[in-house]
Amino acid sequence: MNKRNDRFTDIGPLIPQPDDDMIICRCEEITKGEIRKAVHDGMFTLTEIRRYLRTGMGLCQGQTCQKLVKSIVAKELGLTPGDLEPAVSRAPMRPIEMKILGNDRKEV
Amino acid sequence: MGNCADVIIIGSGIIGNATAYYLAKKGCSVIVLEKSDHIGGGGSSRNGGGVRQSGRDKRELPLAMYGAANLWPALSEELGMDVEYYQKGNLRLGKTEDHLKILNGLTERASAQGLGVTMIDGKEAKDICPYLSEEVIGASWCPTDGHANPMLATLAYYRKARQLGVRFITGETVIEIKKYKGKARQVITDSDVYEGETIILAAGYESRKIAASVGVDIPMTQALLEVLVTEAQPPMFYQMLGTAMADFYGHQSTHGSFVFGGSSGFEDFNKSNGTPVTNSQTASCICRGIMKYFPCLSSAKIVRTWAGFIDVCADHVPVISHVEEVPGLILACAFTGHGFGISPTVGTILSQMATGEEPVLNIKDFRYDRFHTKI
Repeated sequence: MNKRNDRFTDIGPLIPQPDDDMIICRCEEITKGEIRKAVHDGMFTLTEIRRYLRTGMGLCQGQTCQKLVKSIVAKELGLTPGDLEPAVSRAPMRPIEMKILGNDRKEV
Repeated sequence: MGNCADVIIIGSGIIGNATAYYLAKKGCSVIVLEKSDHIGGGGSSRNGGGVRQSGRDKRELPLAMYGAANLWPALSEELGMDVEYYQKGNLRLGKTEDHLKILNGLTERASAQGLGVTMIDGKEAKDICPYLSEEVIGASWCPTDGHANPMLATLAYYRKARQLGVRFITGETVIEIKKYKGKARQVITDSDVYEGETIILAAGYESRKIAASVGVDIPMTQALLEVLVTEAQPPMFYQMLGTAMADFYGHQSTHGSFVFGGSSGFEDFNKSNGTPVTNSQTASCICRGIMKYFPCLSSAKIVRTWAGFIDVCADHVPVISHVEEVPGLILACAFTGHGFGISPTVGTILSQMATGEEPVLNIKDFRYDRFHTKI
């Protein structure tokens, strides 16, 4: 069941913080400030944040930063991390070369 | 804002979001209702990003040509964020004489419609894109085609529309449209009721069930397509790519990764639990297709794959139409996987239809009542 989420909800102003320059997603080099700003641009779900900023879209696919991003977004929305659904994990589990992934068929 | 607006849009894909933006720019009040938790949760965030004119049905071509000439080039500036639009041309590649026949046919039909597209030989194709396999013997070349980032474009329209005062509600499932005094007026969701002077139904395949609540049916079905993305590569080329047999299509993104869509041949038969889930065979099949044309990418690593539904119309062009029996309702669905590239044009047209203006292009070919039985 999807949760009703009115994007008109007032989440207050974006107030600069001293650690806004801290890098959260190391693969894609996304800072805390960029994540907080994305929330104020209307990106209220982790999936939207990911599509908007590329957090968790690099080589590690979010295995390092996912929890951090979640807590930053939750705080900005006035929620707890548990209120936010995680973004979907995608196949393959590890980056895999095209020539190997494409070699699943037995030659006949 | 309450639950009343000039226009209620059902579906926050790129069609719904673009329309919301163009309507807000005209000063209309707009509410957008989205069933998914995410803005653009369906095909709008899952497609290959093509902004193509070549290879289009002749009825759809004017929409694509208008967008490439008038809307896409300034879109990033207009929406205040980079949608990663590149107008660097489209190569549709062929390796056999049969392929060239298909490409020749497509090229002749598009040229007759006034599109600047030509056939080139293998060497000319390699001059444009030096990374091609030696096996490529010819291609169609449309220099005004391009690609953009579908996730960013969808969210850019959303962001800008929201800044202009459009109210978006996600997780809001529309159950039915209700008429009042013979005119579409109310949108009933599982938790609320909304009212608008005009209701635009742009909910992809889901539109079918909602349209049925006012007795309208569009013959369309669902197919599951898949896309994969590589790790970042050094900048190589920025043409949009396709093949005569449509084995795969894709491009290199600003980020450096290659995004390729493709098919396994089982698109119409993939099992579905209502969520677009990738099939274990498809990505491998797409990789084989890519490597035949771009052997240099065989060591590029795939980092992610995903799937998305397209709403396939019986005649493969969309429905963009008022409904005579239901005044106040506008349909915008059955885009058949071609919606992204024409979305700025379609959003412009829908905003004109909703405000009683004459659409900038003739849309008679997209009427809802054009479907007839074979005998």
